[in-house]
Amino acid sequence: MMIPQILLEGALTGALIGLGAIGLTLTYSILRFANFAHGELLTWGAYLSLSVAGLIGAATGASLPPIDPFSFTWALPVAGLIAMLLTAALALAVDAALFGRLRGRGASTIIVVMASFGASMALRSGLEFLYTSKPAYYTTELQIAMRLPAGMRATPDQLLMLGLTALVVLAVHLMLTRTGIGRAMRAVSENPALAGLTGIDTRKVIRVVWILGGALACAAGTMSGLLVQIRPYMGFDLLLPLFAAAILGGIGSVPGAMLGGLIVGICEAFAVHLIGAEWRAAVGFVLIILVLLARPSGLFGRAA
Amino acid sequence: MLELVSYGAFFLTVALTYAVIVLGLNVQWGQTGLFNVGVAGFVAVGAYVSAFLTAAPATGWLGGYGLPIWAGWGAGFLAGGLVAAGVGRLTIRLRADYLAITTFGVSVTVQLAALNLQPLTGGPFGVSQIPRPFAALAGEALAFGLANLGLLAASVLVLYLVLEHLARSPWGRVLRAIREDETAAEALGKSPRRFRIEAFALGGAIMGLGGAMQAHFIGFIAPENYLPMVTFQVWAMLIVGGSGNNRGAILGAVLVWAIWAASSVLVEALAPAGEQARAAALQTVIIGVALCAILLLRPQGILREMRRLRPAPSSKTDAP
Repeated sequence: MMIPQILLEGALTGALIGLGAIGLTLTYSILRFANFAHGELLTWGAYLSLSVAGLIGAATGASLPPIDPFSFTWALPVAGLIAMLLTAALALAVDAALFGRLRGRGASTIIVVMASFGASMALRSGLEFLYTSKPAYYTTELQIAMRLPAGMRATPDQLLMLGLTALVVLAVHLMLTRTGIGRAMRAVSENPALAGLTGIDTRKVIRVVWILGGALACAAGTMSGLLVQIRPYMGFDLLLPLFAAAILGGIGSVPGAMLGGLIVGICEAFAVHLIGAEWRAAVGFVLIILVLLARPSGLFGRAA
Repeated sequence: MLELVSYGAFFLTVALTYAVIVLGLNVQWGQTGLFNVGVAGFVAVGAYVSAFLTAAPATGWLGGYGLPIWAGWGAGFLAGGLVAAGVGRLTIRLRADYLAITTFGVSVTVQLAALNLQPLTGGPFGVSQIPRPFAALAGEALAFGLANLGLLAASVLVLYLVLEHLARSPWGRVLRAIREDETAAEALGKSPRRFRIEAFALGGAIMGLGGAMQAHFIGFIAPENYLPMVTFQVWAMLIVGGSGNNRGAILGAVLVWAIWAASSVLVEALAPAGEQARAAALQTVIIGVALCAILLLRPQGILREMRRLRPAPSSKTDAP
């Protein structure tokens, strides 16, 4: 296969990984723990979009035609926006029930990581209970790939996802660098004690981190569900690539997480074509090992 | 009645193989504070290495050397230790949760290798015909079950005594010192990194041994025996029993395995035929929530870490 096509496929997966990794890297740098339940936020987001779209379809009589040239109806983007709010609410709820309490008690990082591991198990199996492990789809429409320059091919859905991801990443980057709350978030990430002393409302920052992380995870999960399929394990299977992207980009760096995601996605695409699709899941691990060997602080990270 | 006894023996034997794995995790987490999210990977390495060396040869499989079972156990121990030492050397100098992420990667990759390296691992069907201890007794279910239980109980006892001895040795004291106050331990000239890597390797080796024991007791292995669920079960066992406490680790293994087995029986009995998978998912939800609740409400587990603080008889090893 042509190299431009492999790059394009890698960029598509990579954009989704990057989008998910932004939330992961923000919770990691501001709340200071590796959240093993982050993958489940992607999965819950995808299923919430599915359910809300189903409700909208039922309410409108399921007669909407797909938006030309895409494969889905108006119900999906509307459902996706509502699901982003719901996923953010879910992230806040998990924080209130679990992480916030552990934080309040001053539990060690590793106890919080372990709790996130338990939460991941419960959230994932909860979806398996509600929706069974059978794959689900937003649409059954088939799409024909369009010819692009340099011999590349992509469906309109895929191109839309790339464009949307770029917009979202730009918006998050501007929010972090140009707004008051963005500055407060970066301050807490640098030094929570000092940020608290200068009058920054740490609780508000933590709430914003979960809302942002949950909404972005929902966006990534919904896009992944549209391009591939929706399964209870979809987020868990993405967890290693998400961590690889966050570590590669440097913990706390939003552009780093996005670039890390693209690198992981492109490496996966080359691995699939050169070695075989069955080894895709090991790519994240190999990249983590390489980064830890060569530059543990990542591309954009500060040395610890 | 007889059936009940042989089921009990079977149940306890499986629980004790878990106890070995939990004891390994206790060396890493309970005594050293190293978080391993890839327990299933280390267990699988031990199980596969032992099966590779001891099972009968099969077509299309490079393994099957028919070595004795004890050699397989030893090789499983060494293999688990080697993998853990490698991971430890790489990540222990970095921030604490990088170890968690890396070990998670180990378990994903080991699982993938087990599935895809068919000539080495037997692929998706795994390895069957792994020799079982006391195979000569296999005709008599009760005698076979009790003999295996005896072997496992003796192994767990020996392991327990060795680990207790280690925990009281100068090595174990340094480990606890590092866990409690790293700077102070470093000031006394101990290298935290070296001690942590040693403890991580020892824990990984014990997990490998536990994996080998399990493989030989059950008689076959396949990649789906080593899903992240195993890691989760082993963690639940350690947390419930009380981390840092070897007796708690064994108690937790038996107790959690009992709850697990009983709730599986209950799910099978109560859930309608078409809803078994769903009910099993609900079982996992409940256990996940329970683990979080224990972390919130009783983080020290059922048995706390034994206080080993007593007036030091001599200050030879504690003095700078």
